[in-house]
Amino acid sequence: MASFSTNQFKAGLKLMIDGEPCNILENEIVKPGKGQAFNRVKIRKLVSGKVLEKTFKSGESVEGADVMDIELAYLYSDGEFWHFMNNETFEQVAADEKAVADAVKWLVENDVCTLTLWNNNPIAVSPPNFVELEITETDPGLKGDTAGTGGKPATLTTGAVVRVPLFVQIGEVIKVDTRTGDYVGRVQK
Amino acid sequence: MWQPTASIETLKNRALFIASIRQFFTARGVWEVETPILSNNTITDLHLDAFETQFDFDTNGQAKSVFLQTSPEFAMKRLLAAGSGAIFQINKAFRHEAAGRFHNPEFTMLEWYRPGFDDQQLMAELDELMQLTVDAKPALYLSYQQAFINYLSFDPLTTNLEQLKLIIAEHSNDEWLQQESNPDTLLQWLFSMKIEPVLGYKEQAYEEKDKQWTPCFIYNFPASQASLAKINQQDKRVAHRFELYYQGVELANGFYELQDKAEQQKRFENDNQLRAQAGLTQKPVDENLLSALESGLPDCAGVAVGIDRLFMLKYNLTHINQAIAFDVNRA
Repeated sequence: MASFSTNQFKAGLKLMIDGEPCNILENEIVKPGKGQAFNRVKIRKLVSGKVLEKTFKSGESVEGADVMDIELAYLYSDGEFWHFMNNETFEQVAADEKAVADAVKWLVENDVCTLTLWNNNPIAVSPPNFVELEITETDPGLKGDTAGTGGKPATLTTGAVVRVPLFVQIGEVIKVDTRTGDYVGRVQK
Repeated sequence: MWQPTASIETLKNRALFIASIRQFFTARGVWEVETPILSNNTITDLHLDAFETQFDFDTNGQAKSVFLQTSPEFAMKRLLAAGSGAIFQINKAFRHEAAGRFHNPEFTMLEWYRPGFDDQQLMAELDELMQLTVDAKPALYLSYQQAFINYLSFDPLTTNLEQLKLIIAEHSNDEWLQQESNPDTLLQWLFSMKIEPVLGYKEQAYEEKDKQWTPCFIYNFPASQASLAKINQQDKRVAHRFELYYQGVELANGFYELQDKAEQQKRFENDNQLRAQAGLTQKPVDENLLSALESGLPDCAGVAVGIDRLFMLKYNLTHINQAIAFDVNRA
């Protein structure tokens, strides 16, 4: 893999740091007028998800990480692995529990997810920004409530729990923003 | 990409801002000079690099290297040695280094010299300029030594390389810091990362809007970072060099100017040795400056101020490209 000089640092560049692929979130040059220049970099470790700050002496080089994002449709889980498929080549990829992590509660069959591959192995799964899921459990709402006064919890088919307005009932399909876990609206069937 | 990176309104404000600086000096009898942007000579600094180009029409028939100036310091000192008296200049300076939030390779610099002033008097004048042109509060003054004691609880003048590495390990586990052999680089790292971002910041306020920044002078830099300043005769561990910091940004660097030709020559040679050790090309020494020092530079203090940065702070701009018409990518 190519290495990158600090001059090439920018948000989104993938580097190997402490033996782990990382994504640059922010890069700032710190240059004392008469002194050594530094790069102060905020990075996210792509396997552990940890965010940390590193500094480099400007002009140094760092090894790049063979990391790429691909779009795959979610198929099913066999309990140990979550299987995804490329809709064009029909090639399948299996992600383990560590890679799927919190995305597990937003996985809907046939939804297209973003998988991050490192040396061709999935290390992270990002669900679509919006998913549609059916409510399996929630308290009966009060009649006449339309706007909601704080709402109530509802459990979805994947096990995710979101706050919904009081008028929403079991069996209804709702749209949820996966980035925040917020209820967006009811879906007309 | 043809459009300017700054808004027209901002650029009009910038014109007024620069006019107010000229007015400040004119009112004090400091006259404006112009010195070459393209020069036969350049600086020897380890950490500064000039853009170099070639002049094909020299009268001796040989192509020769010429440099875009990194600051007008040497040329202005030659004017002082020739009897100019107090002078200022607002012009373009160039540094061959990466662009960033506070860096554009081409930038606007204000530089002025005051015969008869020492570093303390010049800091006081810059303090007034800050109050009059960017509505800053009266500045704080802190020695380099005291800043480290206040913010990091150690004395930078009595701490050796091994002790510095132990201290720095409390702040960062970056491996290269532990392998560094130049103590000044570690001091610069600690200063830039741990002191500069909070220097002159008052955070004991109930509301966010009451948290306030005060410009802060750092003076008496270590003699090893003297650059072109006189060594302090009361404490030879430090030099008459100062910097100004405001809102976490380095704005100015000034000296009670070195007048001794032999000492200047020694510092140039020392710089070149450091360049050689770092695997960099050595730079020719500016003989014109040395001759001017030999002829006699008046006792004086001088300072350079980054105008784009100062303007950014005045108008709360977050990137230098919002303060200049076209940044390096659109130039």
